[in-house]
Amino acid sequence: MSAKDNFIKVKHLYNRAGFGISYADLQKLSKKNLTKVVDNLLKDSQKNDPINLVNDYESRRQLLVQAGLYSKKELTDEEKKMRQEIIREQNEVSRDLNIAFITKMINTDAPLKEKMTLFWHGHFACRSNNPFFAQQLNNIQRTNALGSFKTLLVEVSKSPAMLQYLNNQQNRKGKPNENFARELMELFTLGRGNYTEQDIKESARSFTGWMYDKDGSFIFRQNLHDTGTKTFFGKIGNFEGENIIDIILEKPETAQFIARKVYKFFVNDNPNEDHIKELATHFYNSKYDIASMMKKLFISDWFYSPENVGTKIKSPAEFLVGLSREFYVTYNKPQVLIQLQSSLGQYLFNPPNVAGWPGGQSWIDSSSLMLRMRIPSLVLNDGEIDFSGKADPEDEAVIALSRTATTKANADMKAKSYVNANANWPKFLNTLPKGLTPLALTEFLLQPKLNDKITTMVSDNKGLRSTAVEITSMPEYQLC
Amino acid sequence: MNRRNFLRNTGFVAAGSLFVPAFMKPLEAMALDELSLYKNLVVVQLSGGNDGLNTVIPFGNDIYYQKRNSIAIKPEEVIKLNNMQGLNPNMAALQEIYDQGWMTIINDVGYPNPDRSHFRSMDIWQTGSDSNQFLSTGWIGRYLDSNCQTCKFPYTAIEVDDSLSLAMKGQTKKGIALKDPATLFRNTNDPFFKAMLQNDKEHLDEDNLGYLYKTMIETSSSANYIQNTSKIYQSKSTYPASGFANQLKTVSKFISSGLKTRVYYVSLSGFDTHVNQTGQQGNLLKQYSEGMAAFLKDLKSNNKLEDTLVITFSEFGRRVEQNASNGTDHGTANNMFVFGGKLKKQGIFNAAPNLSDLDTGDLKYQLDFRQVYGTILDKWLDVNNADILNKKFNTLDFI
Repeated sequence: MSAKDNFIKVKHLYNRAGFGISYADLQKLSKKNLTKVVDNLLKDSQKNDPINLVNDYESRRQLLVQAGLYSKKELTDEEKKMRQEIIREQNEVSRDLNIAFITKMINTDAPLKEKMTLFWHGHFACRSNNPFFAQQLNNIQRTNALGSFKTLLVEVSKSPAMLQYLNNQQNRKGKPNENFARELMELFTLGRGNYTEQDIKESARSFTGWMYDKDGSFIFRQNLHDTGTKTFFGKIGNFEGENIIDIILEKPETAQFIARKVYKFFVNDNPNEDHIKELATHFYNSKYDIASMMKKLFISDWFYSPENVGTKIKSPAEFLVGLSREFYVTYNKPQVLIQLQSSLGQYLFNPPNVAGWPGGQSWIDSSSLMLRMRIPSLVLNDGEIDFSGKADPEDEAVIALSRTATTKANADMKAKSYVNANANWPKFLNTLPKGLTPLALTEFLLQPKLNDKITTMVSDNKGLRSTAVEITSMPEYQLC
Repeated sequence: MNRRNFLRNTGFVAAGSLFVPAFMKPLEAMALDELSLYKNLVVVQLSGGNDGLNTVIPFGNDIYYQKRNSIAIKPEEVIKLNNMQGLNPNMAALQEIYDQGWMTIINDVGYPNPDRSHFRSMDIWQTGSDSNQFLSTGWIGRYLDSNCQTCKFPYTAIEVDDSLSLAMKGQTKKGIALKDPATLFRNTNDPFFKAMLQNDKEHLDEDNLGYLYKTMIETSSSANYIQNTSKIYQSKSTYPASGFANQLKTVSKFISSGLKTRVYYVSLSGFDTHVNQTGQQGNLLKQYSEGMAAFLKDLKSNNKLEDTLVITFSEFGRRVEQNASNGTDHGTANNMFVFGGKLKKQGIFNAAPNLSDLDTGDLKYQLDFRQVYGTILDKWLDVNNADILNKKFNTLDFI
């Protein structure tokens, strides 16, 4: 294999398995055997590196206070204030958690691990007002990102965030709530059409009593659990939640469902049934070892075939993280990253619903594309922001409290704001080999093949910095 | 240096004329007489879950006063519409509209197994899904996808905002979001943007890259069309000074200048009034009503009111009983408003909410919101509602 060939492959690998690569690293890695590069990516991901932003002790204290207030019929003014203060703090910490996640993706030296975490973040989509719960779920997804899918699934199912989001707190003997059981099969494992309504009803009974207690720890409440006999996929027994998960994993449809989703996320929006089957069989035979499936994917010849290179639309997270990593951007007001996520349609920790972000072409409409094309100049050239975005529906209560009827009008006329970020140009330029031409830089920064128009546009040699801003503003830069 | 340029610091010279592929051409060349038959739909979203019971007040029902001892609107303050229901006093601006027969109130609109999460319920209203179904396209988006006679242009649906709501996103077609046509026009006419579009036929059939270029071309073409069609129009009406009224003013400008857009989408947020509701909701209702009244009168003076239908919804109503913080918590069924110059049934459409027959403290719905959508799709936008809503919904006779 020629060095040039390997250069292109490693670049593709890092675009999909991570968030891009620096020129210097790319040069170094293209001298290595591709399988070795993949192994190293996996090895880099072995270290456990959770987010520890939310204070465990303080959060548990708040939960107890909240539980106490919740059980009261009438609240004193003092207590009302206390409740509001907790909500305000939680909202603030939730924003910090969002920034912590995206910053981690920007700075990580285990890019595959964060990329996989982002994948599970969308697969096990969940919203929680409680940042402690949200952080816990995010860390479960990170710790098990490349581990056993079974462990991941069980831990997600026991996480307070998910128990709350899918109403398993209300799922009790005699009064089953089917929400969790339904989404477990429809969205997390088997996919629509591979189970019956009866399977949902019966498995919901098995998950009765799976709850979290006042201080936010998982608890199995035996007295609320339905110990009766259940019939699930033709099997009859006194199944508990874990048994249900085991039976679901015995079905090859689960491996196929996950493999398909992985394929669409890492390879191509248009599924290739042969390749998916290959992945699914491997995943199933490896007893749901995620790392093993990912390795299989990244060393497959088809992963590097032209129809899979430079043809995927970057998600807003991939776009923002990739740009920030490439140019070593620091954000002086990191809150702007939330504004950008929300305006681009992927507000992390706030998926549209339990089905996650639909992805692919749905990321792009006229306004999101215009904004994507402007962001590089806003971030790299400190341009002016002239959009304000929409409020997230869950933030309405805060809006209702914090603003008068006229503030919206005022906000529309507010002073111009800037992204207020710094790209580290010297560092970026240092990673490039001496004498690199703008055309070669373009070939490096863009994943799709260059056409005449782009070649002509960058040939007037306006310098590497201007060329970089120009290229990253192109529609071609939206693809990876 | 002009920071508004797409790329600061780059030495771009203005490129030549914009390449517009043939399939985009006909829109500028539409004959004027076709415009007169054009019917518009304006969707107004109240975000946060507006408390319908303090909007249209069931002052004739004692239960209302029993359940809301500190936040009920006193009978003498209510703008009475019949002997049971009336408007919040902050909605005085709408009395004239109501008396003209331009307003219909539909009580108790909802859906089975209601969800009390803002996000989820808004998702359900915007996609038109069942409550246990997840759709990634919106109801207006699917109307665009249906490729009907009247919805073939990229600017068929415009949201006056910075970003596009799910309601406006279809599988293959999407609405366009813009807060200000001049800004969009300036951006799409930026030399860099135009250079990117030059001679780019080759990309159009490629999958994702083609989709990006197609979106750019449509955005650019729409921006030109919208700006060139609407820039000369000057409204003679005065609007109150609020962001919401500004959105409506922009819509009125588009409608009155004869834009061939069929659906407009605007929103007003802040209705999640758990605490000290009366003042906050009052402010918002005043802003809403004054904006709407100015808008409808403006349309009337331009002879556009008969061609326009406006609906207002919120993702849910609120619980019948107030909470301990002088506010209300998330509920279920809610009222919807319909405005227009050609309403078939004016005034109050159906029976007032039954406050003595509740579902664990919440109103039971009388009508599915998709019956309202279905009616509009069938009778106003001339498509078969089953094609858009995935099953047939019975229509209502408000239009």
